[in-house]
This record gives sequence, C-alpha cells and structure tokens, in this order.
Amino acid sequence: MSDLSVDIAGIRLRNPTMLASGFLDETGRSMLRVYQAGAGAVVTKSIGPQPRTGYPNPTIVELDVGMLNAIGLPNPGIEEFRDEVKVALDGGAVVIGSVFGKDADEYAIVAKRLASYGAVGIELNLSCPHAKGLGTEIAQSTEAVREFTAAVKGKVTVPVFPKLSPNVSNIAAFAQAAEDGGADAIVAINTLKAMAISPELKMPILSYRYGGLSGPAIRPIGVRCVYEIFEAVDVPIVGVGGITTGRDALEYVMAGARAIQIGTALATRGLSAFVDVTSELLAFLEERRVRSITDLVGAAHG
Amino acid sequence: MARLEIVPLLDVVREVHHTLTYRFLAGLEAGPGQFLMVWIPGHDELPMALSYLGEVKGITVHTYGDATKALSEFRPGDLVGVRGPYGNTFRIEGKRVLCVAGGTGMASIIAAIEAFHKAGSEVVTVLGAKSADELIFEERAKKCGDVHISTDDGSRGFHGFTPVLAKELIDGGKFDMVATCGPERMMKAVIDLALARGIPSQASLERYMKCGIGICDACAFDDYLVCADGPVFTGEQLVKSHDFGSVRRDASGRRVPV
Repeated sequence: MSDLSVDIAGIRLRNPTMLASGFLDETGRSMLRVYQAGAGAVVTKSIGPQPRTGYPNPTIVELDVGMLNAIGLPNPGIEEFRDEVKVALDGGAVVIGSVFGKDADEYAIVAKRLASYGAVGIELNLSCPHAKGLGTEIAQSTEAVREFTAAVKGKVTVPVFPKLSPNVSNIAAFAQAAEDGGADAIVAINTLKAMAISPELKMPILSYRYGGLSGPAIRPIGVRCVYEIFEAVDVPIVGVGGITTGRDALEYVMAGARAIQIGTALATRGLSAFVDVTSELLAFLEERRVRSITDLVGAAHG
Repeated sequence: MARLEIVPLLDVVREVHHTLTYRFLAGLEAGPGQFLMVWIPGHDELPMALSYLGEVKGITVHTYGDATKALSEFRPGDLVGVRGPYGNTFRIEGKRVLCVAGGTGMASIIAAIEAFHKAGSEVVTVLGAKSADELIFEERAKKCGDVHISTDDGSRGFHGFTPVLAKELIDGGKFDMVATCGPERMMKAVIDLALARGIPSQASLERYMKCGIGICDACAFDDYLVCADGPVFTGEQLVKSHDFGSVRRDASGRRVPV
C-alpha cells in the first residue's frame, strides 16, 4: 500500500491534506469535526490580538468558478481562542495556528500564545487581500515578509509557515525573503484580489467591495506559483488554491508541494472532500506502484 | 454553487405592526423550513426563512435592526438579492402533529404547517406572542387545523407563556410529532416536553450567519452548523446539545448567552 503520510518541517501528517485557514476553524468543535473527517491537520481561522467582528454581509459571493470572500478576519481574539484550540487538541486534532496582526510584534505575541496553547506550527497570514492595514501591505514588501517571519521565529520554537500572496509580480522573491527570515515552510497561495458587481444594482456585491477569489478558477495560478517557489527555495511548500480532487492535489505536489490545503471545495464536496481527495491520491499512487506521495514532490520539474 | 439573483419585490404586506411580508419571483425551489440569504443592498445580507414556497416566494420579517428597518422602507419594484435555498427542511411526518410557534417564529413554521396539512396530517397549532397585536398567519394556520392562541399579556387567548399551553395540549392529545419555531428558550421548553413524553420533535434554530453555505463557521452550534446541518434539528440531536437554549456566538465567534 502506498504511503500518504508526509513530514512538513518536523510535523508528521497522516496524509498531505490540511484544512485551509478561514474554513470551519473558528470553533474547536468544527476543527475537530474536520480532523475527524480525514484532514491531516487543521489550520485555524486567522487569530489576532483582540476580538474582531469582520465586515458586514454580504461577505461571500458564490461564482461558477469558485468564490469571492471579504469576511474581514473575524475572530474571537487570542485570549478566548484558547478554549477552542483546547477542544480540538483534546479530541486528537493536529492544529496549526494562523495569525495576523498590525505589526511584527503583534504577529509574534499572538503566535507565541497559539504555540503555548498547543498549536504544532504557526501559519502567518501575510497576505489577506481584503483587510485594511492587516497583511495587505506586508504582502507587497519582501523586506516586511522577511522581518515578520524573523520576528515570529524569534518567539516560538514550533515551525513557522508564512502564507504568501499571489497578488505580486514575482512570488519566488517573496518565498526567498520568507526563507531568509527563517521560514520552515512556505504556504502558497492566498486568494486573488477580485470583485463582483451586480449589473442590476450597479454596485459591488461585497460590502467591502473587494474580496479574495478562491476555488477552481485560481488553481492554475497556484500551481504556477508553487512551481516557481520550488525552484527558488529549499524549504518545503504547502500548496493551496482550488484543490477539489486528488488530481488537483497531484498538480500541486508535482509542482513542488509536500502537503496541500483544502478550503472552497468544502462548499461543493462537503466535509467528505478530505477523504475523497486522499482516496483519489491513493488510487493514483497504487495504480502506478508509487511507494510514497513524497516521491512525487516536484516531479514536474525537469 | 447557488447564484445570487436580484429580484424586484412584487408586494410588501404589513402582517402586524413591526412585521412585514416581502414577496418576489425567484428561480428556486425550496422546502418548508429552508432559508435564503437575503441581500438588502447597501445594508446587510441576512438569513431569512421562506414563509411562502409557491410560485411567488415570500419572507416575513420582524423589523428589529438597521437593515430590517431599511428593508421596511422598500416598496414594490425595489430590488433585493436572494441566494439559496439553504439548509434542511422540517420532516413532514406524523399522523397528529402539534406545531408550536412563538412570535416571528411563525414565519418559519407556517410553510411546514401547510405541508403537514397537505400531506394528510392532523395539525394543531399553538400560536403564541407577547400580545394580540403580534400574532401572524393565524388565518393560514386555521385552514390547516385547530389553532390555539396564547399571549404573554393575556390580550388574547391563553394568558401566559406558550409552552404552558403547549403542555396542556400535549398532555391532552395523542400527538406523534411536535414541531416548533420561536425564541430559543421557548423552543427548549417545548422540545423538553416532547422528549419527556417520547414524542418525536423538531425545532428550527436561528443563528448569526455570514456564508450560509457551511464553510465560515459563524453559525457553529455544538458539532453542527445551523446553515448546513440545520436549521431544523431533531429532539434527539437537541437533547445532547450544550448550546441549545444557552449559547450562541457573536460576529467574532465569541460564546455569548442566548
């Protein structure tokens, strides 16, 4: 039987699927439910220092090709989130904490707390395309990516995974900056800045006007980004963006991802997305007598 | 995924003082208890149960905040956005069914009352409100069976809380299904009554929502999502619940009292 387990910067995952940040991960019970549904790990909602309600609705737009969202980083704040992490960990989930903040210090403080709650790794949301002053500007500066990564690395002992924005002209340079800052792995990609307008109402649908595009429409962009990052850095890559099937996941793996994340597919395949993707991966591997999924990482590079 | 549809309002009917029905044509099929995400342009998008399921769809809304207040100024021809339907439906089962509605909860359960009646069930409705001028859809319910009125202030019918009247009826009649929608503490009392007597039961819950499609976690309720696993939950699900009648989550995800 082919082996689907992977190791990401020392974190052992039973399979290469993770829950992408922002989906069913604001409460401990939901995170646990996702883990029990087959995810190798769950990444939490991005957590900041204080409670935050996010933007008024509409916060999502359903599209034929995916989804637009501008939820606006709602979260209960790092203090209250302790109980949610505990519920997920007590149930046996592997939890990676996602953090955001207004400056490098805030990222580091929240990351340290999340690690102290038992998160086995920290994902840095350096790239939310729809939160004023939170992440957007950081995502546009290689120096800021390096600095924020280094600040968090200086405060925690668990692995740190900066999540990069595709809304830049050269994502490989940002991956190198993250690696220079001490990143243990790179997560790519976050959503693409986008907009939907109602012709009848002559106005943008999202209350924040701009949002992040996710889902099948962005998969070829994510695959391209991972491919470029793989050529530029030595640290492992976690691929995310529009993965709905095992074949989609394999594109990311062969571009260079060691693990993948699933989010928007939950809207179309439900919680069974994790079991579906892992069983489709397994079938592909067994049919070709591939010993381990890790044998295929970067296979598309000459 | 469901597409957002922008629809003109066909009519706006004032049911009682603060409660209005907005009707429109939309290219969707929905069952009793299902809801739409309704966009009030420039204000908000809110989950609203369908009070009319026929060719002409309708929502019946209690005016209670900025967005619903803005909606109350809308006139026929004004545009709203709708997407859905989302969530599950009331299970239309039972020979003799007690439906217990509290306040605007009647807007969610009236379609089920009519569906039970259409399916051949004998339907008894308890329609409760704070006072007589807040009772809605009494005539529609009467077309489906007996209707018992309760008001907290005694201005009509039984003087007292709705579950007290519901208890009298449950004790006096051989019901094999209890369905309820209204304030959560009222529903908890009704579900507890049904559970104590071994009668199958169901309740339609309301929670703050953002996405409506089971991904954002805003409406987390125990191990469930109200938008995707509900909004209708069975007595068997609710008896194991820690959150039912006690905890909801605010817009930031913090646990707060119901």
